[in-house]
Amino acid sequence: MSEQKTSKELLNELLETHYDNAMKVQSEGKLLAWCTSISPQELLETMDIYAVYPENHAAAIGARKQAPDFINYSESNGYSSDLCSYARVNLAYMDILQSEAGNIPRPDLIFCCSNICNTVLKWYENISKELNIPLIVFDTPFNHQYEVNDQCTQYIKGQLLEAIGKLEQITGRKFDHDRFREVMKISSETSKWWKKASLEAAAKPSPLNGFELFNYMAAIVCARGTVAGRDLYKLWYEELRDKAAKGLGPWKDEDEKYRVMWDGIACWPYLGLTYKTLKKYGINMVTSTYPDSWYIVYDVDDLDGMARCYSSNYVNRNLSFGADNIVDIVNKFSLDGIVFHSNRSCKLMDFRQFEIQRQVEARTGVPSIIFDGDQTDPRAFNPSQFENRIQALVEMMESRR
Amino acid sequence: MNGINDKINELKAISQNPGQSVAQAIKDTGKKAVGCFPIYTPDEVVYALGLLPVGMWGGPSKGNKSSKYLQTFCCSIMKANTEQALGGDYDMLSAVIVTSFCDTLKCIIEDWKIAVPHLNIVPIVYPQNRKSNSGKTYFKAELKRVADELAEITDTSYTDESLAAAVDLYDEYRRTLQDFVKSVAEKPGLITPLERHHVVKAGYFIDKKDYVPKVKALTEDIRAAEVPSDRQGLNPIVISGIIGEPDGLLEVFDECGFTVVGDDLAQESRQFRTIAPNVGDGFDRMVERIAMQDGCAFLYDEEKRRGRMIVDLAKETGAVGVIFNQLKFCDPEEFDWPLVKKEFNAAELPYLYIETEQQMDSLEQVRTSIQTFGELL
Repeated sequence: MSEQKTSKELLNELLETHYDNAMKVQSEGKLLAWCTSISPQELLETMDIYAVYPENHAAAIGARKQAPDFINYSESNGYSSDLCSYARVNLAYMDILQSEAGNIPRPDLIFCCSNICNTVLKWYENISKELNIPLIVFDTPFNHQYEVNDQCTQYIKGQLLEAIGKLEQITGRKFDHDRFREVMKISSETSKWWKKASLEAAAKPSPLNGFELFNYMAAIVCARGTVAGRDLYKLWYEELRDKAAKGLGPWKDEDEKYRVMWDGIACWPYLGLTYKTLKKYGINMVTSTYPDSWYIVYDVDDLDGMARCYSSNYVNRNLSFGADNIVDIVNKFSLDGIVFHSNRSCKLMDFRQFEIQRQVEARTGVPSIIFDGDQTDPRAFNPSQFENRIQALVEMMESRR
Repeated sequence: MNGINDKINELKAISQNPGQSVAQAIKDTGKKAVGCFPIYTPDEVVYALGLLPVGMWGGPSKGNKSSKYLQTFCCSIMKANTEQALGGDYDMLSAVIVTSFCDTLKCIIEDWKIAVPHLNIVPIVYPQNRKSNSGKTYFKAELKRVADELAEITDTSYTDESLAAAVDLYDEYRRTLQDFVKSVAEKPGLITPLERHHVVKAGYFIDKKDYVPKVKALTEDIRAAEVPSDRQGLNPIVISGIIGEPDGLLEVFDECGFTVVGDDLAQESRQFRTIAPNVGDGFDRMVERIAMQDGCAFLYDEEKRRGRMIVDLAKETGAVGVIFNQLKFCDPEEFDWPLVKKEFNAAELPYLYIETEQQMDSLEQVRTSIQTFGELL
């Protein structure tokens, strides 16, 4: 009997297999889709269409510090430097098709859900036109009301049904509703384990160093509808639960002094630097707004529920929800502070951030800082500004003790 | 020519003094005014409720009140709107319809609810899958929701008849503007690019019922006039982008020997180039019109027709080139440019790309680019 693998080993294996298979499936006659990170992959999994995620891939390229090569290429083609850097990386990768961070092949179709931003609509509209391939758009209207209203739910459900028809047309195969039920069930289970694992960070000290959350996120994006994904997050949960039961913190060599959340996407090219800077001051980033983003849980066969879930991630909801959500996180995770990433790539997160910060601070008294950065473009981040802001946060957190 | 000048000056005065024009229109019509954000709003619904739709496309306003809500890399129209809202410029409005065509606008909806609640923010979300059955059903429900919310806020009501009449009036307005820009292209050089812009823009600040006859009369005069000899031989061009502002920009066009014979601007032709088909009730006609509104950066277009449409427009109007005026920090337009450029290259249509903000201290760099473009042509 072989020794049981750790979740970290499983994660690495899963990602490696994910990218290896991506390069093979088309030669085996399978179709491959490029998808946005929170799209209804259940439909693709059911139709046996292989899904890859350009946002994941762009993040990996960013983390390998290779983004500038791609960004320069896109900008020389006329893409503005003010546009989302994931898009600039991916629109270049579409032509270059070679990166040190692993490769994905050109897609046969695109699966784009606007619940994360309108930017993806434009980005994928361009790829669809350039590669002359079908694009299936799931439009999830921005929820300016607190909940997803009925007309939006019916619209999204209608699009799910229309997409099934389009996929049948593209593949020439009937949609298998039994298989769909199975995938829906697995997808919801994976989401539950992902959330359960991330909630273990509420323990004091937290067994989780939140930068691991950024790493584990890659698989919740690309393996949510698979048994391997579900088992990975179940194992991760068990590991964290056991660690918490033993009272173990995030680091072996350091105690957790302050607990913060990170609002927004990571600065992938500076992942190590931001991690080390926080750790230097004993700050553990215990959570972020990510755990809830992939908490897509609904009853099997409940298409209304599925439609609502895909529109309910926090960036697609109003500011009142955004503020309530962070206040809830502050309380649940006993936070000492908040680090807001003013991410040059993400106007949808940025232009509500000042007001959210004011509301959360007024309601919780927890101090916070905002720093300038970008998810993959290294030019927008300044290490000394970051450290200065973190020092200011430490002072504020300390004065509240 | 005097008749033309008088008519243009009247419309220009309306366009250049929005606050005053709207206050006057409120007084003249006895209607309450409702602010309407870019890019599209259901103005017909506003009109059917007996209200006055007013365009809100930024302005010359500069200041730093908006920095309480927005980072520096926000587009200048949204910064100006926010600045003006916080400064009380919009207090004459009974409600404001805020749209969600881009990520910035989604945030503006939320920020404004907090920052200026007295303006009664009514958000609207247009569907991106606007041609499918699910999209059309959704959009009709959304239009009704907005109509009901506005009715409640302003204590007004609409009927099927008042909506049908409003859609008819807006069709007439759109046909009138189509005819006006056509007449300008038929007489290149007769009126300046800035005059053309103000004639179109004036329609945002007065009742369409009063505006349409003015434009019709002007169009007739343009058709009857001759282009003076010193205004002949200018380079006819098409302009694309969000807006033809600041005013100084279009003055530079004129100074460098360009005349605008067609546009693909969000604030101008995109508002009126598509007419509602005659199907179903007033809401259905509005829904079908948006389903037909192609080539716009803010509405998902699976065939990405925009570049082709601008090339065709240039051919139809006899334009020798295109100036693509990129509003800085406008993502949807920025995403369109690389593909639009490819279409221009394929059609061997000369073009100039400039990047501007609505409020600019200096246009010298832009002037140099435009001058050079003129020399190349």
